[in-house]
Amino acid sequence: MPIAFSQGFTPHPKISYASAAPTGVGSEAEYLEIGLQAPVDPEQLRVALDAALSPGLDILEAVIAGEGSLADRIDASQWRLELPQVEPAVAEKAVTAFLDSAEVLVERMTKQGKRAFDARAAVSRCAVAAEPDLPSGAVAVPCAIIDLVVRQVTPAVRPDDVLSGLRVVAGLEPPVPPRVTRLAQGTLTAQGEIVDPLDADRGGVGIGER
Amino acid sequence: MSVSSVFPQLEQLLPRVSKPIQYVGGELGAVVKDWDETTVRWALMYPDAYEVGLPNQGVQILYEVLNEQADVLAERTYAVWPDLEALMLENGVPQFTVDAHRPVKAFDVFGLSFATELGYTNMLCALKLAGIPLDSADRDESHPIVLAGGHASFNPEPIADFIDAAVLGDGEEAVLEITGIIREWKAEGCPGGRDELLLRLARTESIYVPRFYDVDYLPDGRIQRVVPNRPDVPFRVAKRTTMDLDAWPYPKKPLVPLAETVHERYAVEIFRGCTRGCRFCQAGMITRPVRERSITTVGQMVKEGLEFSGFNEVGLLSLSSADHSEIGDMCSGLAEQYADTNVSLSLPSTRVDAFNIDLAQELSRNGRRTGLTFAPEGGSERIRKVINKMVTKEDLIRTVVTAYSNGWRQVKLYFMCGLPSETDEDVLEIAEMAHEVIRAGRAAAGTKDIRCTVSIGGFVPKPHTPFQWAPMDRPEVIDGRLKMLKNAINSDRSLGRAIGFRYHDGEPSLIEGLLSRGDRRVGKVIRRVWEKGGRFDGWSEHFSYARWVEACDEVLPGMGVDLDWFTTREREELEVLPWDHLDSGLDKDWLWQDWQDSMSEFEQDDCRWTPCFDCGVCPSMDTEIQIGPTGKKLLPLTPVKNLRVPV
Ligand code: B12
Ligand code: SF4
Repeated sequence: MPIAFSQGFTPHPKISYASAAPTGVGSEAEYLEIGLQAPVDPEQLRVALDAALSPGLDILEAVIAGEGSLADRIDASQWRLELPQVEPAVAEKAVTAFLDSAEVLVERMTKQGKRAFDARAAVSRCAVAAEPDLPSGAVAVPCAIIDLVVRQVTPAVRPDDVLSGLRVVAGLEPPVPPRVTRLAQGTLTAQGEIVDPLDADRGGVGIGER
Repeated sequence: MSVSSVFPQLEQLLPRVSKPIQYVGGELGAVVKDWDETTVRWALMYPDAYEVGLPNQGVQILYEVLNEQADVLAERTYAVWPDLEALMLENGVPQFTVDAHRPVKAFDVFGLSFATELGYTNMLCALKLAGIPLDSADRDESHPIVLAGGHASFNPEPIADFIDAAVLGDGEEAVLEITGIIREWKAEGCPGGRDELLLRLARTESIYVPRFYDVDYLPDGRIQRVVPNRPDVPFRVAKRTTMDLDAWPYPKKPLVPLAETVHERYAVEIFRGCTRGCRFCQAGMITRPVRERSITTVGQMVKEGLEFSGFNEVGLLSLSSADHSEIGDMCSGLAEQYADTNVSLSLPSTRVDAFNIDLAQELSRNGRRTGLTFAPEGGSERIRKVINKMVTKEDLIRTVVTAYSNGWRQVKLYFMCGLPSETDEDVLEIAEMAHEVIRAGRAAAGTKDIRCTVSIGGFVPKPHTPFQWAPMDRPEVIDGRLKMLKNAINSDRSLGRAIGFRYHDGEPSLIEGLLSRGDRRVGKVIRRVWEKGGRFDGWSEHFSYARWVEACDEVLPGMGVDLDWFTTREREELEVLPWDHLDSGLDKDWLWQDWQDSMSEFEQDDCRWTPCFDCGVCPSMDTEIQIGPTGKKLLPLTPVKNLRVPV
């Protein structure tokens, strides 16, 4: 593919990632922008990238970028948190305590050292799923599943910060590491839904299949 | 019986370790096959961290050669960092392959590639994690054959207790032959068990099975003899040589790592072997004769390798790349083909002459002239005669100055310290040379803005070289000389400021010396060091000299020897060396003569350009020098890929 390169002695391919998921977290919804030197059929680009990437890294769709940057169309993420060996009722209580708090201070190591910040304000939805079904195949029962929507703020609030928050407010300590998956990214509507950032560019030329 | 992936258990541990991406596999070029549809299965290990091991050519080549066979499966495994090692032991997760995350213990062969002896402790970690008994003697049919290859296997005696077999030399054909023997043995229903299989391997006369050989010692600790303990194995085991490299154009599908590694490039060996005859260089001695890949095969490999991988750097590897008979056309042809692309070409070369600069100039057409490397290896002309690295001081200065006047601003010079017969004066001459280089360089370049880096490491005498008899200097001596050299470089502040000084201290070299020329008794030291927590010995942050010395003190005196005995002791002509029964083709009398010549500062020519000087390799291995020129040229490529148009 005729990827574009930056100028200078060590040219870098023009690729920018919008709010990439942290290490150790699964994702069904990552977005990136690629600069090209010449127009390419998006479906052709999708197939070529998909073929070169590792199993499990699947390129689902490519569209021609319209107005504005990708980053401007992403202000929230939806996550699924699986907590094996945690009773849903126990998780439920912790989530309620979290949501009932005006502020939940958590700490995280950053490059500048330990930092404390509020994990509550950025959370727009946090709920224990009614029927635990385990798409990722984890076998530990019981298993609580939390549906989480977090707005993009600075400093970023990540799923593990919300988990820290649950520990702070309700002493919730999952016995095994929770499994976290990002389900969606996009613009958060007033109704609390997430709008796919590619929607605006769809309906034009050569849209890949979903 | 199928073998399941350990990934579900491993995945639980990954959030808790550093750089987890190195354990997930899935690289472009990786191959995953159905276990049940194959009959012979190899786990190949480079016993160092993924970031060092993944780019290794040897493993990539064997991986591809094996996987091209329909009924053969080959996967890769690397040393895991201590953080994951601890978690794996705690949670019962075994040593796994990165391709399909299968347990190493389930494979038929566990092949390790030892480019350096410093990987030995990592082998013990891997065996332990894999659940394979450390001692070859304790293994049964349920365990893989533990097989060593790579340059260090030319003296595998220090690891003789831990391995079942070793291959000396080129691996392309060896792995196929071993596969054939295992395939047949399995088809017959594994008659005679593990011993029978090892015997069949040993009968090839080019696979060494240590357990079939006994070592007797003299009262003074020297070896009396190494002899087979059964009638049906050969007295000497010969090395392998792959001839006609054009017929083996690997790697065709280079692995493209997802994690950061030491090299991210497509590397092509443009020839194997080297007959320049540098006396310290084991690689040059054990890989004879020179076998070139033709200019057209190299061109084809580069084209296909880049198309497959998307790499934008190409390395033209060999032991002395500027010596290829068609190197000029090769460099200009490739530079032409990849002009106006983002592909950069590099050529490691140790030659100290103007031709080297011409080539570098050709290859850096588009780019910056950042750094150029030369390897005089010895500081004085006298010591350069001792090591047979002939270049006069005047030539050296002239060459480096030419580099500066052609726009290079940074020159790196490589040296060794502790060479046989070396004195303080030999080393101090490096400072004079560096001063001279800067003085002349400033005049030629018309600017003060030039730099030179002196990089110096400890010399380690290696088996199958003329220096195999040589005594090593003690670390204090090496460190003392390095300090003197540093002071001498800085004695002139104006010049010293333009000279960088990088060195390796003497202690790790002494241990490398122990492992290089050790015999089976050294195996007990390796085990002791590993028990005390030793691993990743090639990494200064993990290597502990004190631990090695302690282990030597604990186990060697009981056998009448010690660390000095193995390292700083000079050997005599008739002493039986631990590797004498392993045949590199080099005639021991010729090696001894070359050692004597070295001490009388007598140089040896290169048999590529002067008549054969009877080192012994070609007649005993039934090989010959294979070089060009073929007279062919590289044609322009159409269409050109990866255009670089800055936007
Ligand atoms: C590229 C390179 C590196 C790279 C990449 C290493 C890597 N990951 O592969 C870097 C820069 C990291 C490196 C580092 C070092 N290197 Co280096 N390196 C080389 C170089 C230029 C090419 C190696 C290569 O790819 N050869 C080609 C492949 C195909 O050959 P091969 O690996 O030997 O494999 C063949 C056979 O040995 C055999 N085989 C290999 N493994 C196995 C396994 C089995 C089971 C079987 C059956 C067969 C088999 O089959 C293969 C195909 O025929 C060589 C010089 C040269 N041209 O050989 C030096 C060289 C190998 N390096 C050398 C040294 C000393 C080092 C360092 C120790 C330097 C230091 N002091 O730090 C470190 C050690 C790093 C480490 N921890 O492993 C020396 C080895 C000295 C010796 N034995 O006499 C060499 C020979 C250079 C020299 N002339 O001094 N090196
Ligand atoms: S036998 Fe002769 S031609 Fe062959 S490598 Fe030795 S010196 Fe060179």
